[in-house]
Formats: sequence, C-alpha cells, structure tokens
Amino acid sequence: MNLPTGREAFEPRRPTSKDVAWCPGCGNFGIRNILISALAELGLKPSEVAIISGIGQAAKMPHYINANGYHTLHGRAIPIATGVKAASPELTVIAEGGDGDMYAEGGNHLLHAIRRNPDITVLIHDNQIYGLTKGQASPTTMVGMKTPTQPWGVFEEPFNPIALAIAMNASFVARTFMGYFRESVEIIKKAIQHKGLAIVDILHPCVSFNKVNTYAWYREHTYWMDDHDPHDREAAFKRALEEDPLPLGIFYVNEKPTFEESVPAYRVDKRPLWQREPKLDLVEKFFEDKKA
Amino acid sequence: MTEFKEDVSIVLGGAAGQGIQTVEGILTYALKRSGYHVYANKEYMSRVRGGINTTEIRVSSRRVRAFVKRIDILVPFKQGVLSWVSDRLSKETVVLGERENVEEEFLGRVNLVEVPLTKLALETGSQLYINTTAAGLIVGLFHGDFGAVEEYIRKRFGSKGENVVNKNIEAAKKGYELGVKLCEEGTIRVEVGRDEKVREEILLSGTEAVGIGALAGGMNFLSFYPMSPSTGVSTFAAQKAEEFGIIVEQVEDEISAINMALGAWFAGARAMVSTSGGGFALMSEALSLAGMAENPIVIHLAQRPGPATGLPTRTMQGDLNLVLYAGHGDFPRIILAPGSMEEAFYLTAEAFNLADKYQVPVIILTDQYFVDTYYNLPRPDLGRVRFEKYIVEAKPGYRRYELTEDGISPRAVPGYGEEVVIANGNEHDEWGDITEEAELTREMQEKRAIRKLETIRKNAPLPRLIGSENARYLVVSWGSTLHAVEEAIEKLGRDDVAFLHFSWVYPLNPETKRFFEGKTVIVVENNVTGQFADLLKKELGVDVHHRVLKYDGRPFSVEEVFDALKGVVE
Ligand SMILES: Cc1ncc(C[n+]2csc(CCOP(=O)(O)OP(=O)(O)O)c2C)c(N)n1
Ligand code: SF4
Repeated sequence: MNLPTGREAFEPRRPTSKDVAWCPGCGNFGIRNILISALAELGLKPSEVAIISGIGQAAKMPHYINANGYHTLHGRAIPIATGVKAASPELTVIAEGGDGDMYAEGGNHLLHAIRRNPDITVLIHDNQIYGLTKGQASPTTMVGMKTPTQPWGVFEEPFNPIALAIAMNASFVARTFMGYFRESVEIIKKAIQHKGLAIVDILHPCVSFNKVNTYAWYREHTYWMDDHDPHDREAAFKRALEEDPLPLGIFYVNEKPTFEESVPAYRVDKRPLWQREPKLDLVEKFFEDKKA
Repeated sequence: MTEFKEDVSIVLGGAAGQGIQTVEGILTYALKRSGYHVYANKEYMSRVRGGINTTEIRVSSRRVRAFVKRIDILVPFKQGVLSWVSDRLSKETVVLGERENVEEEFLGRVNLVEVPLTKLALETGSQLYINTTAAGLIVGLFHGDFGAVEEYIRKRFGSKGENVVNKNIEAAKKGYELGVKLCEEGTIRVEVGRDEKVREEILLSGTEAVGIGALAGGMNFLSFYPMSPSTGVSTFAAQKAEEFGIIVEQVEDEISAINMALGAWFAGARAMVSTSGGGFALMSEALSLAGMAENPIVIHLAQRPGPATGLPTRTMQGDLNLVLYAGHGDFPRIILAPGSMEEAFYLTAEAFNLADKYQVPVIILTDQYFVDTYYNLPRPDLGRVRFEKYIVEAKPGYRRYELTEDGISPRAVPGYGEEVVIANGNEHDEWGDITEEAELTREMQEKRAIRKLETIRKNAPLPRLIGSENARYLVVSWGSTLHAVEEAIEKLGRDDVAFLHFSWVYPLNPETKRFFEGKTVIVVENNVTGQFADLLKKELGVDVHHRVLKYDGRPFSVEEVFDALKGVVE
C-alpha cells in the first residue's frame, strides 16, 4: 500500500478522526492548517512526527492530523514530550495545548523545560480563555473581562509568556496570530527546525467564549516586528513588555546544548532507546566487583 | 569473661556525620572476606548532623538475613546511645568503648569493657582515626583477615592520598591488635565458624538489588524527584548512567517524573521512576493515564510511615492500599514486593518484561528497612534474567487499541514502521481516537479492566510455601518481612507451622486459595491495620485469624515475630 505524501499525508485517515469537535469558525482550524503546511513543507513524514498534547480543545489536535500522537493529561504534555524526544531523538516532537494547559496546570513544567532545553516545539493555542470547560478565565485573560466564574471581572495580572521565556533565557521564543497564515507557517517551521526548546504562543480566537479577543481585535492589536534582532536578548525583553499593540514574530533565539545532547545515553550509541538491549556484561562486571 | 557463639549481634551507635558508615563498611567487608556470614541494617534520624543513628551488624556461622533486637556487643560513639537502645540491652551485652560515652545511670548496670579508642587514634595522629580503630578492634575480636581491612581502606580512601591510607591502616591495626588481645586475655571470647564459600559471595543492599535489577531488565531511562528512602535507587542509577549509557534525570516534581517516564515508554524506552508514598501520591493522576492509554511504566516505591511526611527515615508497609487503589477508574496493575535481595534483583528485572507485555503499571514495593539492609549472598545467575521485548512494527492499518481476546493489543512505537501510533488518555476507538460511543466504551472498559486483568491473574506466579502443605498453622507475610518471619519460624521449630510468603502481591492467582484451606491463618505485616490481610479476604475470600502487626516505624525483629507466633500456637 502506498501512503500519501506531502500535505495529503497529514490529513487524517482514521474512521473517527474526521469528526472534528471544534466550533465552526474556531481559530483551532487555522492552526491545524498552519501546522500541516509547516510539516509538509519541511518534507517530514507522519511516522517521523509525534504530537503530544495535554487536555483542552487545542489538545485534540493529534486526532485531526495524521502523525504519531499522544493525547495525555491537562498540563502534562511537556514532560511527556520530553520523555518521547529523549527516548527517540530522531522524532520531530511537538507539545501542544491551550493557555490553561501550558501556563496554568502545566506552568511549572514549562519553567523547567526551559531550563532542561529538550529539542521539542511547544505550541500554545492562546485564546485567552478556557474553551473545553466553557469560558472560565485563563492565565492570559485580560483584566476586567467578566466570565461565569469571574462575574466581578478578572483582576489577576495576565501571564506574559514571552517575557517569562526570555527572562529564563529560553532557546527560541515567538508569537504569532493564526489569522496570518503564511507568516505563521514560517514561524512554526523555524520553531521546528530550531535545535532546542522552541516556544510559540499562537493567538487565536475562541468564537464561543471569548467575545473580547476576536479576529478583528487581534488584527487591530498586533503588529509585526520588522527591525528586530532576535539574538539581542535585551531588545527582545523590551519588546516582550509591550502590551498594546502586541508585537508578533520571533523575539528571541539562543542556541544552547539540548537535553538529549547532554545526557550520556547518546554519546557513543546513537540508536533510539527502543532498539537497545540490557547490558548484562556490565551487570556481570558489577557483581564481579562486589565480590572483592 | 563474656562468650559469644555462632551468631553475634554488634550495634554501633553515634551521631549522624560521625562516620559510623565507615566502620560498618570496613566491618562487613572484612568479616565477609574472612569467611563469616554478615548482615547489616541501619536506623537513622531525619537529620543531617547529630541525633543518634545505629547500625546493627550480625556476624554468624550460618546465613543471617534478619534484624534481631538483641545486642551482644554495643559500641557507643557518644553519650545517649545506651539510653536510645536501652530496651535492647541485656545482662550479656558487652559495651565496648570509652567511659565518657556511657551515661552515668548505665555505669554498673552494663558489662563495660573499656577500650581507649581516642587514645589509640591520637597515637596515630588524629582523633579522626577513631572509626578505623574501632573497626579494626571488632575485626580483631573475630581474628578476621587484616589484609581485607587494608584492601577496603585502600579502595575507600585511595583517592585521598597515600598518607591518609597509611594512617588509616595504622589506626585499624592498633584496634585490631587490641581486639586480639582482649580475646587472648579472656575478656571476651568469640566463637563463630567460618564458611569458605562466603568469601566468593557478594554483599548487596536492597537499594543496589533494585538498581542493578532494573539495569539487568534493560532500564534505560529513570526520572525522579528525591524523597527518602527511595533516593538511593536514583543515586545508584545516576552513578551508573555513563557506564550503561542511560538517561537519569532529576526533574521538577514527581508529576513530571512519571509523565516523562510515560513519554519515554510511549517511544519505546524501558523507563522507571523511584519514589516514596508522598511522591507516589502525586503520581496517581499519571497512573490513571497509564491505565487508560495502556502505557507501560515501572515504579519503585520505597515505603516509609505516613500519612503525609510521616517518619521520613523509618519503615512501614503502609502503602499497599495506596498502590492498590491509586488512580481513578478501573484498570489493572501489578504489584511486586521482594523479600530477599535475590528476589529484588530478579523481580525488578522481570518488572520491565511484565510492563512491556501487559502494558500496565508495575509497582515494586520495598521499604526503608529493605533498601537499607544488606547481607552476603551467592552472585545472582544472569542466565535466569530474561529480556522479552513486545514491540511490534506499525504497518499500514495499524491499530494501537485493537480489541483482542486476552485484552492485550500489540504495541508499536513511533518511528518503527510507516504507520502512525495514536495513544490516548481519553476513551478511544481501536485506532486511538476519542470516542463517546456507548458500546465501544463498554468494550474498551472490559478489555482493560476485565480481560486483561484476567490474563495477568491467571499467569501470576504462586506464593512460596516453606513447610508442610498439611501444617495446622499458616504464617503469611509479604515483602520485606520475609527473613524475620523465616528465622522466627525456624526458631519455633514446629512442623505444624508452615510459612507462605508473597513477593507477587497483586493480582493473586485464584489457585493461591488452596494454600489456606483448613488452616489457622496468621498474617505478619508492618502496618497498623493489616492491609494485606484485608486484600486476602477481598481477592480470595480468605479469613485471617490472627494479625501480627507492628507500626512504630521500626522493622520486625526475629524475637518479636517469635514471641507473637508462640503466643498464637501455644
Ligand atoms: C487535572 C484536570 N483539571 C481540570 C481539567 C478540566 N479542564 C479540561 S480542559 C481545561 C482548560 C482548557 O483550557 P485551555 O487549556 O486554555 O484550552 P482550550 O480548551 O481553550 O483550547 C480544564 C480546566 C482536566 N481535564 N484535568
Ligand atoms: S470553545 Fe472556543 S476554542 Fe473551543 S472549539 Fe469552540 S471556539 Fe474553539
């Protein structure tokens, strides 16, 4: 049997994966198209890609793209993706989830993944709201927004993932708005190609629950950084602090050793862990040494 | 004159940081090399300096593997040791040490043999050598092989330079000569037979047995967050990571540890996490994910008393219910609890095959007592270690959750084969995509929680019976209490008492029930309610007539089990 190639290859073929559970008009559709284009344009095959998602509307992605996938737990996509990449470094590993998934429940993991620097791409579908649980505030919801669970209006300062990632000296930090297709494809391609942890905050509207941050709002309140040098950390940090309009593009790039490069497992042997066998000769040697 | 025969229990006591472990190391090594059977175990306070820690070393002419309460020779390195162990002292106990380390109230009440340890150490050049002097002294009492003491010192202090090595050897020698002298003068007499075979045996701790067992089972990934008393296994793995070419990562919390390990298994690694009850509690969400996604995982849980942080450095078998019931929803799991070092080695290696084959969490339950115990044993036979790999290639049309008769779906890993692999913690169809369909949900629930569990259950090995099938009394234990019960029953010397030990704790093969028929059942366990006794009732409908329980954070001693059993059978 000949499997399809190119963009076609990533279109879901399994019986229930065509039944998409996103609301009509949702920004998640756009992100799906962007991701498929990026993967296809990079010349990857579905069997070479693993999409690890958490829980939420965004996290349903593995079912709507034909690639290896693991739909896991709320907030836990990053450690799981780290484990996948560490066990099989040849795979292109993407961790995907919403802003609640990655910044609330998974916040601690994000911080430590930046320190650990696995060579994975973290895509955050940032709709500034909780979609799947129906419209509660997320860590990126704007001050003043009223929701069923914050009827008095949100007063917590919104999370600034870009500034945080740069402050922690992350390896690759970018923001895009899914309404800009071509630019988003290019950013995600660069993120995937980047060696080290790449974080892309992808703004996208939730048409059902976020009546403030609409398609029009994102167009009006964002701009592309044309004259920015992503190797300049201070400049990147300054840009990250801008609130309105929000800058889009690659903020910061910082090449550094990855987790997989740093562990002893691949120093001599490059094979993925599943191809390896127990080293009984070394176990034998251990016992031999224990005798004397 | 005080005489010790066949089996001597030596206890060393001092503050954390006083170097008792050095003494313990020299003693066990040199006495084993001299042909004596040795056993050692420590108890310590949850502090880095000060307090009182003790180590028990048994030296015997026969194999010894269990903790005894009795102290034959006590070596106190500070005041307070005697009070700390006062309930273990008897008229026969010899306190070997310096007068200032014995509290006033004990002077006159104990058999004190004064030895000028400080003086001897100072003669060598520094008070620092007091530990080696003491170690030499005890080896001397046994007329042990001094060459082995030297060997150990060279190995242990070699990196500190020739001078340190020589000074330590000199100090040990002074102690050794004094020990020999005490015997010659007739102050103490020790008669323990040597067994030539022991020289060729190895000394192994519970921590090492689990660690090396995991490596023999092909473990190539370990993620952890430190928590006593489980950390030793992670440290062991980290120390071996370069040599074995494996990944060992200290992560931000236990939640990350287990999720990372799940990811590694998903991609085909053989991963383990090592933790204790509190850490495992944080892992229970991911345990459910493993259950639903049928993601293999091996978890080592070294128990300590709870609830919450409980007693960090003490022991208990109190987490059986935790591992039995942790996680939401129904899914199978396998629980193993080694009783001996051999079992810890073989079972931990086998845990990886079991996880791979059945795609379920496999939990290895040890406890503080077990991981901190060590003794000599014949070198394990690697011919008995099997490496079974169940990974299949993802060919076009591959379905991760294919419905099968025995409940086990072939597991492919990403990157092996052209087809993709979809795993899912949500209810799913055979391909791995989300489903809310009623009929399919029913089938998937049955596949995992009934069919797969049944497959595991009927293949579960039976417990080990020691003694007659027709005995009137059946003493039952699980995990780390094995040797204490074994020795107590031996001492009891009655052929109407048999012993059944479980190292495969759950699920239980239904055939196990036959062992209990017509017997008076006595369960011995190190917790307050009798968690395993309850499990026997639930799983097999077995009635337990007597529960012998201990829950003060200390392990069972042979004497305690003996007394309790005697009370029941007489
Ligand atoms: C441990 C846990 N807590 C809570 C939930 C419920 N829950 C599911 S999705 C979600 C938030 C989703 O928001 P977000 O991550 O922003 O994703 P979106 O649905 O907006 O794409 C929550 C709280 C859960 N599944 N697991
Ligand atoms: S709830 Fe919002 S985020 Fe979820 S699918 Fe609907 S529109 Fe999209």
